[in-house]
Amino acid sequence: MAVSGLIMLGYLVAHVAGNLKVFFGPEEFNEYAHWLRVMGAPLLHHEWALWLVRIVLLAAVGAHAVSAYQLSRRDIKARPTAYVHRRRRASYATRTMRWGGIILALFIVWHVLDLTTGTVHTGGFEEGRPYQNVVDTFSTWYGNVIYLVAMLAVGLHVRHGFWSAAQTLGVGNARRERLLRGLANGLALALTAGFVSVPVAVMTGVVS
Amino acid sequence: MKLNLRVWRQRNADADGAMATYEVDGISPDMSFLEMLDTLNEELILRGEDPVAFDHDCREGICGACSLVINGDAHGPERTTTCQLHMRSFRDGDTIDVEPWRASAFPVVKDLVVDRSAFDRVIQAGGYISVPTGAAPEAHATPVPKADADSAFEHAECIGCGACVAACPNGSAMLFTSAKVNHLNVLPQGSPERETRVLDMVAQMDAEGFGGCTLTGECATACPKGIPLPSISAMNREWLRARRKAGRG
Repeated sequence: MAVSGLIMLGYLVAHVAGNLKVFFGPEEFNEYAHWLRVMGAPLLHHEWALWLVRIVLLAAVGAHAVSAYQLSRRDIKARPTAYVHRRRRASYATRTMRWGGIILALFIVWHVLDLTTGTVHTGGFEEGRPYQNVVDTFSTWYGNVIYLVAMLAVGLHVRHGFWSAAQTLGVGNARRERLLRGLANGLALALTAGFVSVPVAVMTGVVS
Repeated sequence: MKLNLRVWRQRNADADGAMATYEVDGISPDMSFLEMLDTLNEELILRGEDPVAFDHDCREGICGACSLVINGDAHGPERTTTCQLHMRSFRDGDTIDVEPWRASAFPVVKDLVVDRSAFDRVIQAGGYISVPTGAAPEAHATPVPKADADSAFEHAECIGCGACVAACPNGSAMLFTSAKVNHLNVLPQGSPERETRVLDMVAQMDAEGFGGCTLTGECATACPKGIPLPSISAMNREWLRARRKAGRG
């Protein structure tokens, strides 16, 4: 869970940094998208680096999902009889890890079909012109809703996930507790704010 | 004080259990929770009914025998053991739910009594040190840094009551096992078995059917002895180190 989660988190940081290029206009954004395809050239062939990233990510998603499934099954088996008196336990981020993860998995499928393959894209998907594609997606109400919900889920997931990964890998101790919590909250906030800024910019007309 | 109690009654390990409702009167706010249950049991015996079975021993908060999930909290609303919980923490006329620890590794024996032998087997797997027998060694022969001694003592405070497992939404025993591992692993006396201890105790913990840790922090909140949550990370560190040394990844 920890290692695969951190791989995906590393990707998200790079992803949000790339997304923010949308604020520098269509030329720079599209050029950046093109660079992703020629990354590592001339050593690597066209899109090789990108596919390498995709394969690593796919493996990480798979490993993360399988571990989550195994962990959940084990946890349910360990408490066969529920308490009669229930009370709200742990923080919101902690309690929503499982459902949040499922929401994120569904979102990723939609996200890839929308902006990578263009299968469910509305408004004439054009490969190589991501700026226009992004504007199209965030010009629909449901595109905005799905995206905003998913980005809130990302923030919550990272908030508990990053800190937990640190504990799993044995990095946590009493002295580092505040640092790790702060890092987890900071990362969660930066990712959510960064990702959300794009649809908000389209909605307010800053990006069009 | 007059209270409405809803208590888990279960004839034996194989029988189905259910919550039973009792009214108890004449409870003093200075009584401990167990004394309140004693009062209930006296009445039940007088009425010719089966008294409620519950675990208790020292009633000083140091043995770890008492349990009970009270209104959804392991050891009740105060951060102490059930025997040290007093009725002044409740109000006259309150309805109080009393349930046993819930975990497949802690099967119910009767009513509120659960079998916690799983913890004993985890301890047997590595919660000991090998020392030569004979007279007590000279105290200065093995110097222990103050910070290490403090850390060992902090973890040695664990009384093995099982509140961590009861409070954990996953029924995980990570806090208990980490307290036992860290207690001995930080000391020079514990270093000969440092690697096998953590590997064997964690393996036994898993074999007992405790759930996995998702770091919800419920355990450390419920622990009457204040074993801190970062203990789990310390045990993970020890486990990873032991696996590396054993060449198993």
